[in-house]
Parts: sequence; structure tokens; C-alpha cells
Amino acid sequence: MRVTINGSPREVPDGTTVAQAVRILTTATTGVAVALNDEVVTRGSWDTTALGDSDRVEVLTAVQGG
Amino acid sequence: MDDLIIAGEKFSSRLIMGTGGAPSLEVLDQALAASGTELTTVAMRRLDPSARGSVLDVLRGRGIKVLPNTAGCFTAGEAVLTARLAREALGTNWVKLEVIADERTLLPDPIETFDAAERLVADGFVVLPYIGDDPALARRLEQAGCAAVMPLGAPIGSGLGIRNPHNIELIVEAAGVPVILDAGIGTASDAALAMELGCDAVLLATAVTRAQRPDLMAAAMRGAVQAGRLARQAGRIPRRRYAEASSPMTP
Repeated sequence: MRVTINGSPREVPDGTTVAQAVRILTTATTGVAVALNDEVVTRGSWDTTALGDSDRVEVLTAVQGG
Repeated sequence: MDDLIIAGEKFSSRLIMGTGGAPSLEVLDQALAASGTELTTVAMRRLDPSARGSVLDVLRGRGIKVLPNTAGCFTAGEAVLTARLAREALGTNWVKLEVIADERTLLPDPIETFDAAERLVADGFVVLPYIGDDPALARRLEQAGCAAVMPLGAPIGSGLGIRNPHNIELIVEAAGVPVILDAGIGTASDAALAMELGCDAVLLATAVTRAQRPDLMAAAMRGAVQAGRLARQAGRIPRRRYAEASSPMTP
């Protein structure tokens, strides 16, 4: 199925979880937060939240700013 | 200097730093150390797998509390989502609420800011909203439950100083929460003026991070904030039109 991770289209296997999507970008699990279709997915739910076709995943972290 | 208290939390420094604009994390680290700050803002952005080092490591290394902002948001909805992501990523319910109206001026949008503030307060956040120098809006945000108000001196990064000191004084007079002068500071005298006007703290970034010697300017700002606070507490003399002799006039 096709999903979008941080704005880039990606082909991932059916059943891919949020945790697996995050690991495509980073091995870090702290200092990182995930939004799935504009809703926060708490860290405790990453392993149990499966992506659906056309889902939009945003993986954010803190950067210099303000 | 007396402590700054925001939402029940004590800070011995009244200088809040931003981290934007520093040429490297090493330069930022030195500047933060020289500033003596205990509270510093970061922005939330898409994770870049190629990025080396993290601003969070710098703050952790210095024992500085992180204050996530919602920079880059144009609507209340974006700001609320960004604040929730920051809470999840950084483990803090503090947020500097920043909702801008347009990219040219980066001026804050009062309607979207107020909307977001109400929603974030209801969601349990400690909300510090960045606003124009508008006394009415500052009062409304305090009534809505914000933990501080952060009026601008001038547009972000402009270095124009405090363009309307009178409005800042009006905000200070009416406020029951800390007033933090945010944005527009260009040099040390601007920061001192903010404190002399009665602000409880100053937030600045560009004036330090883009100075030719960031660590030196950070030290200057630290001294300016302390001097301004002491001068405010000391109570300045009234301005007079003519001289008043300080020595006896009779021989």
C-alpha cells in the first residue's frame, strides 16, 4: 500500500505499524512524536497502530527555533 | 536578583533564550552558557535522518528547561496539533504559543492565537502566548488561563527594539501573570529597557545568535536584564524639564 511519510510517498507492506514507519527514518524513540492523519499517536500505541492505504504520517522532533 | 515564577515554577534567570539562527550547535552551546538562561525555546519540525546532533542534547547538557514553540503555524488547529506533538516528544506541557498571520511580517494573528490558547488551556497546557503589544488582548488571554503573556517589542528578527514602550507599560500595569517581552530585541539596551518598563522577563534569540560574537552578546544580555530589573525595583527618578542641583547652591 502507498502511504506518505513526512511528505514523501512510500510503498510499504500491508499491516505496517506506526513503529515500523518511524524506524524507516530513525532508531530514536525519545524526543520524537508522530501524527497520523493530523492526530497524535502516543508512543505506547506505535506498535499496535497499523497504517492504512493513503495514510499521512508525520514524524517530528525538536530543532533550533524561536 | 529575585526569582521569576511562571506557573509556580521558579527561575533565577529572567533571560529566556531562543535557539534559532545559531550557525552551529557549538556556538549555541557557548551562547546559552554565557546567557545564564534556564528556559529556552525549540521548534518542532519533520525529523531529518541526516541531521547530526540535536538541540535537545545541548539543552540537556546545560540543565536548561525546554520550552517548545508552535513557530510556523498559521491556524489554531495547526498550533494545537504542534503543541500536542511537542508534549509527546519532549514530555512537557509547557508551550510558547505562536500563530503567525503572514510570512512577510511574522506578526502574530490575534484571533487564531486566542482560539488556540483556549483549546490548549482546556487540554491542560501551560500556555505562554506570543502576541502584539495589545493590552486588551493580553488581558483576555490572562482571563482565558494563560500562564504568562509575551508581547513583542518589534517584529521577529528585526532588531528594532521596543517600538511602543507605552503599550508595554499598559500591559504590565494590568497583568496578574508574568509579562515576557518577546521579539524585536536588537542589543543590550533594548533588553534593559524592557525590564525597566516592568516586564518580568525577556525572550530573545536572533540578537545573540546572529551577533558577530554570540557568546559576548549573550553575556551582555544577561547583564542588561539584571540591570534593568534592579533599576525597575530601585524606582527611577522623575524626568524633569530643567536642572535640579545635586550640590548645595549656597556657598
